[in-house]
This record gives sequence, structure tokens and C-alpha cells, in this order.
Amino acid sequence: MNKREEKVMNRREFLKIVGVSAATSTAALYGCASGEKPVSSEAAVKGEVPVDKMTYRTSPKGERVSLLGYGCMRWPLKPAPDSDGNVIDQDAVNELVDYAIAHGVNYFDTSPVYCQGFSERATGVALKRHPREKILIATKMSNFQNYTRENSIKMYQQSLKELQTHYLDYYLLHSVGGGEGIKTFHDRYIDNGVLDFLLKEREAGRIRNLGWSFHGSVEVFDYLLSLDVKWDFVQIQMNYVDWRHASGRNVNAEYLYGELAKRGIPAVIMEPLLGGRLSKLNDYLVARLKQWSPESSVASWAFRFAGTYPDVLCVLSGMTYMEHLQDNLRTYSPLVPLTEEEKEFLEETAQLMLKFPTIPCNDCKYCMPCPYGLDIPAILVHYNKCVNEGNVPRSSQDENYRKARRAFLVGYDRSVPKLRQASHCTGCNQCNSHCPQSINIPKELHRIDAYVEQLKQETL
Amino acid sequence: MLRKIRLAVALLFFIMITLLFLDFTGTLHAWFGWMAKIQFLPAFLALNVGVVVALVLLTLLLGRVYCSVICPLGVFQDIVSWLSGKVKKNRFRYSPAVSWLRYGMLVVFVVALLAGVGSLVALLAPYSSYGRIASNLLAPLYQWGNNLLALWAERVDSYAFYSVEVWMKSVPTFVIAVVTAVVLVILAWRGGRTYCNTLCPVGTVLGFLAKYAYFKPVIDMAKCNGCGLCARNCKSSCINAKAHAIDYSRCVSCMDCLEKCHRHAIHYVPGSMIPKKNMSEKATAASGEVDAGRRGFFAVSALFAANSMVKAQEKKVDGGLAAIIDKKMPERATPIVPAGASGLRHFAQHCTACQLCVSVCPNQVLRPSTDLKRLMQPEMSYERGYCRPECAKCAEVCPTNAIHLTSLAEKSSIQIGHAVWILQNCIVNTDGVSCGNCARHCPAGAIQMVPKDAADNESLKIPVINTERCIGCGACENLCPARPFSAIYVEGHELHRII
Repeated sequence: MNKREEKVMNRREFLKIVGVSAATSTAALYGCASGEKPVSSEAAVKGEVPVDKMTYRTSPKGERVSLLGYGCMRWPLKPAPDSDGNVIDQDAVNELVDYAIAHGVNYFDTSPVYCQGFSERATGVALKRHPREKILIATKMSNFQNYTRENSIKMYQQSLKELQTHYLDYYLLHSVGGGEGIKTFHDRYIDNGVLDFLLKEREAGRIRNLGWSFHGSVEVFDYLLSLDVKWDFVQIQMNYVDWRHASGRNVNAEYLYGELAKRGIPAVIMEPLLGGRLSKLNDYLVARLKQWSPESSVASWAFRFAGTYPDVLCVLSGMTYMEHLQDNLRTYSPLVPLTEEEKEFLEETAQLMLKFPTIPCNDCKYCMPCPYGLDIPAILVHYNKCVNEGNVPRSSQDENYRKARRAFLVGYDRSVPKLRQASHCTGCNQCNSHCPQSINIPKELHRIDAYVEQLKQETL
Repeated sequence: MLRKIRLAVALLFFIMITLLFLDFTGTLHAWFGWMAKIQFLPAFLALNVGVVVALVLLTLLLGRVYCSVICPLGVFQDIVSWLSGKVKKNRFRYSPAVSWLRYGMLVVFVVALLAGVGSLVALLAPYSSYGRIASNLLAPLYQWGNNLLALWAERVDSYAFYSVEVWMKSVPTFVIAVVTAVVLVILAWRGGRTYCNTLCPVGTVLGFLAKYAYFKPVIDMAKCNGCGLCARNCKSSCINAKAHAIDYSRCVSCMDCLEKCHRHAIHYVPGSMIPKKNMSEKATAASGEVDAGRRGFFAVSALFAANSMVKAQEKKVDGGLAAIIDKKMPERATPIVPAGASGLRHFAQHCTACQLCVSVCPNQVLRPSTDLKRLMQPEMSYERGYCRPECAKCAEVCPTNAIHLTSLAEKSSIQIGHAVWILQNCIVNTDGVSCGNCARHCPAGAIQMVPKDAADNESLKIPVINTERCIGCGACENLCPARPFSAIYVEGHELHRII
């Protein structure tokens, strides 16, 4: 006990010293004698995560939607799946959902294919413990493989069952614009009569809002808006990089948002953080953002960007960790819109970011499973991490060559088991059609593999 | 003093040689690799005349110091014997030499060597026995320790340690290593250097030379009171206290007796000072027990070999990832041995199966053979990795020059085998998708992809192998997506060829 007290004393002493020096430096910086007291923690500075300050947007139908929506694609997983293959850590999900609802989140977005097909069930279990009328559930028609009417309707009914509800607040045609564009759209929703079925369900009140999520070419986007269907909302990929610098086949969010705003269709935002790539920036960009606002998280910039636009109904974030949830809650409780100057600053940041040769993978895992056992997202994520950390040497003459080589190769074996590495890619191309970011996956994997060979053989 | 010097040098040798078998990074070999190369049998097999002559001269000068200092198996037994001495003091007693067994074993050994029965040679050779014990019993512990550090390093985001795969490379070899270790520990615990003076062929050869050594421990008859303390502390049981005689063919010059004698009656001096005396020995056939034990090895190993079929499933199945079936070893008509081995016969005759190359192979390619004729000698297989172009570790460490390479360029020009394509396994055939992973990874550019249907340029492509360019490295076999049997695999060459 004595020792413990001593420790406490020491801690106090320490804080006193830190506090004093902080106070003096603050005074020196601002040239005024501040009356600020020394504080003991981040919570003391920022206060508790507010429970009643969430920013809400109102849909044309009058629904009050929290600006922060919970994306259910990245639920925390258990180390080993249950006997039925369920990988989701339900206790952790319950905790996150309870916390989110207690702090004002009311929009939950899932899909039959998320988390190896177990997301809807886990989400349903967690939400069942809350009054149904206080939450908004969004899920999707994810008929990627089997387009038949029977299969599609079965999928819709299964969603209701898994989510333990009689109606869906928001229902989306999932990832329109992929595959062969308009043709695939017709195959999946028009020719099999699925869209007609869903419109009837909307009339019947079992679907409150019907919309679609979009990845792909601009023709499909324009085509859908030109159809004689009243869309209640559209889900688009929007963030400060995609605003003007969309990668691959993707369309600049500035255009997508503009078209929706013109028609008065509210936008739900996905990938505000590009699957975490906008929080895992390279050191240079982290420093740049932190310098502007030392106390804001890197991620908060991306969320403020998405929330600033008034026709955005909800911004989705797949929060695996409580810390991320808390950070996002703070950002939107309430939202502080970006100033014009800050928007300009983020645009410059985006331009700097594009100079880093990262691969635009958002770790959504739509490409999985690879029939030959590769862990595609893990390979791409490892590569991006090395790019951001400066561990992708260009030549053996580079100053940090030895260190970077070791970090790349040892880290590679750690992040991806040997049998799932890029060297096993057969180039069968079965993954490519699934990638919402239209990355040429085999090409990138072969490129990474060739690079790994150069590192191993030291022929760089 | 002499004993202390012996102890210090012996420990240095022992620790460094042990580390050679444990250090999978191969860094230590650059500094201490020579310690393996001056081992008697490896040097002999490598036709390393300089080393053999030096060892002969060393023995003629100082007696069997090789056995006390350089031989890791000898020092290993000394350590066991020393521990046993902590329990029971003064436990040895003189016993006459079992010459028929000693020379009999030597004859068997020489015949095996000449006949090219590598497995028997490897079984009897002392350095190889120690290598097997170190690589089979100690290396896994060392690697697990390393993996623990790697786990910790990963947590603190450090790249100082990386984890390595620990796997059972060959059950028979493992069993032999365990049995050898157990038998040696028992023998050393009870009788000190029993193995060295009855079974070890190197000990017999050096013992013969040591009879004529210049420096020897000599009993000063003027001081000796015949207490027999020296004999009771002689781990070689070679001091006949009653006759005041020492059997120099069995004395390993450990100098223990010099320090034990209260009357300082034993001196290590030039042999000319020995009083001329009849030192004839009677051989008593008392040691059939050991022979039976040897035979026991084979029985037990055969038993364990049968059990090796039951393989532990080590793969975890993650729901988001496709399950990967383990690769199985194809039935190769001719085994593959590393580039630099010249060919199967040369390799079988020069390799002592010490497992040094198996221990350092970073790509999990080398493993001890289970074939009876080449038992424990390394061979290659590509289920876990392939012979990578930037690596020649096996040749670097080989103490016998059974694997000999002058450069990496030489390695990449040696054909140790050639690839064979099997149509019915190829995913172009089974899955109807294009692949080309073999061609993409062939370091020799020996594989081309051509349309399956010669008339249709758009048809799926199949690999065709130019065996003249193939070097047999196994990149294609290892990276082939077909499982459990690859659609392309390597057949060994009896005699290696140079492109």
C-alpha cells in the first residue's frame, strides 16, 4: 500500500511539473496569463462523449436520421468461428450498438453478404434489444452471384428474418454499376422483375425507403436517375479524395452529389474514410493535418468533410473498435462544418496523397474468397502500409534500404501466411469483377510479387 | 592448469558447433563454420588432406585431444559424465579394452564407407550423431524460443525477430536422434567414454595413433602410492592402477587424473620417459549389451516410421479464406539432391548426414531421406518452399564438400532435375481457368505458355517445358495452384548436369 501511495504521489508531482511547463509555454505562446488549471487526461480536456448533441438530418419523408450511421460490414470478429461458421463476436457487437444508440446513432446499415454472411444476424440480435421504432435499419439486395427472381426474393425475405423485423427502413440495390454496367443492372433487377417486386413492397410499407448504392461508371449512374422510378435515396462513395480524384472507374463524388442534390435526393455516404486509408495516412500528411488542428484526430477531418454537405443524410462508418466509435461520435456531436479554407486545405491534402503510390483498396473483402486461397486484401493492405511508412525502397542504393527491406519482407510474412501470398496468384481474374474500386487485382498482385522477388533476390 | 585449458577450449568448440546447428540465419557460419570443417570424418570425406594430416599430427603429438576438445559428441558425453560425477564420486574403475569390438566396428565402418552405404556410415560417425541430436532435439526448442521473441517483437512493431516454421522433417531421423541421445546419455552417465572406446570409429583410429603420441600422461612410480584415485576418476577406464599402466589407445588426454592425484604423481610429459614395460591386454567379451541396444534402434525406428503416416493437421480454416489443402510429396522416380552435390552416388559417398544443411535451409526444402540406403542424408522436396535462386546456404555450411559450389551463378547453371507437367492435375484442365503461375516464376525461363488448342489462339494456355533449360529448382512445383499434387513437379537427375 505504501508503495502504491508513493506512486500516486509521484504521479501528482509529475503532472504538476507537466502542468506548470504546459501553462508557461501556453502563456509564452499566447502572451497572456491563462488561468487554466493543469488537467489529468484527454477526457478532462474534451469532456465525456456527449449523449445529446448528435447532429441529425431530416429526410424528405420527415425521418430524423443521425448524421453518423453505423456500417455493419466490419463487426469485431472472434479468433475462431463457431461450429456454424459464425465469426462475429456478438458480445462486442452488443456493446458497440448499445453505446452508439445511447449516444444518438439511429441508422444501421448492413447486407446479407457482410462478415461472411453473418452481419445481418449479429446486427439483428443487437438491435432487437432496443425499441424498433427508434432505429432505422438499412440492408441490401446483394444478389451478386445468382440473379434469379426466386433467389433474390428469398434473399430479401431472409434479411427480414435475420434482422428480426417486419419492415425495413432503407433498402438498397447493392453496388449498382459493377460488372458490365447497365447490362448487369438489367440482369439483376429489371429482367427478373425484382425491382417491380421491391416497388410493390414499398407500396405495402414493408420497405420505407428504396434506393441503391453505387460503384462504377457514370453511364449507369445517369441511367438509373433517368428511370421512371422515384428513388428515396442513393448511397455514394464520397470523401475528400474521391470528391475530385476518384480512382479507377469510380466517378468523382462532386458530380454524384451534385446530381443528387439537383434532384432533391438525399445522399447516404459510404467510404467516407476509404476503408481506413484516410486515417492511416503517411507521416507527412498526418503531421500536416495535426499541425492545423493538433487535438483533432486524422479521421475526424474525413467525417467533417462528408458531413459538411447539407444534402447528405447520413455518413456510414464501419467501426470495429470502441475508440473509433467514440472519436466519430465526438466529430458529429455536433458537426462543425468545414470552412471554405479548410475545404481548400483538404483538397491540397488529397492531391499530396495521390502522389503516394498506394493501391486504392478499402479492405471491403468483396473479392474474397479467392478460390486459390490468397488473402487479397491483406496483401494490398500490407503493401499500402509499407508505402505509407516509406518501406518500399526503389533501389538498393536507398539510404534506408536494409531496414526497409527487412520491414517489408518480415512484415509480409506476418500479415499474410506464406500460402496466401501474392506468389500464389494464378491470374484467373475471378476477383476482378467483384472489386468496387475496379482495381486490376491480379495485375497488382503480380506486380507486388515481382517486387518481393526483387527484394528477396536483392536485385533492386 | 592443463585441464583448465582443455575445459575452456572444449566448451568454446562445443557451444559454437551447437550454435551452428541452431542458428537458422546462417550468420554464425561465416565466423565458426570452420569448426565443422575440421571434424575428422567430414574432413576425410572432403579429401581435405591438410586437415586430416594436421589432426593426425596433433594426435601423434598430444594424444587424443581431438576427442576431448574438438569432437562435440565427446564433449557432450563429458558433460553428462560430469553431471553424473556430481551424484556419485570416484565411480570409475579400470576395465580392459574390448579390442574385438573396437576393431570390428572399424572394419564394419570402413566396409560401409567403401561400399557407399551412407546410412550406416552416418549412423556410426560421431560428429553426425551429434548433429542429429542438435538439429532434431535442440533446434526445435531454439526455434520455438525465437518464435516467442518474434511474437513479442510483432507486438512492439519491431522487425528484429521473424518467426520460423518448426516441423518434423523426418520421423526416422528424429527417432534415431532420440535413441542415440538416450543411449549416449546412459552410457556416459554410467561409464564415461564407453562409446568413444568401443563403438566410435574415429576414436579407434585416433586411439591407434595415440599409442605412439609424443606427449602422454605418465605415472611417476617414485611418487605413486597405488591409491587408485586416478583410475576411479578416469572416464576412459584406461588407468590400470595396480599395474601402474595407462592404455594410451583409450586415453583422451583430458588431464583429469593430473589434478586428481594428491601426490602429483601423474605428469603430462614426452612419452620417452615411460619406463619400458609389457602392456599386453586381455580382451574380454563383456559388452554384447551395447550391440543389442544398437539393433534396438532399428526396431524402434521402424515402428515410429509406420506411425508417421498419421500427419497432424496444422492448417486453420478461416471462414473468409478458401481452405488450402496441404501439398503432398509426389513419388519421384529419382530423388533430388542439392546443386553442388554432383550426383546421387557422389553425394551418398561424401555426406555424413550431420544435418547441418537441413538445419540452415531457409526454404524448408531439405529434409533427411527416409530411404534405407540413404537414410538421414538430405534430399529435396518442394511442398513447403523451393530452392531459391539467391540461396546457397547448404553448400556454404557443408563440412564434407558433399555439396560444393563456388558461386550462385554456378548453382543456377546446374540441372539437378527437370520439371514434368501432368495434364490431369493442371487447373487449366480441372477448373477451366488460365493460370501460368509456373511460367511466371520460372527463374530459368524454361516454361512457355502456349494455347491448348493449336488452331485456336484464344484458347486457354498450358505450360510447355524446355527441359534443356530447366534446373529443377521447384519454383513451379511449389507455386502450382493444384493441390494436393502439383500439376508440375520435378524429377531428380542421377548425375547433375551443367547447362
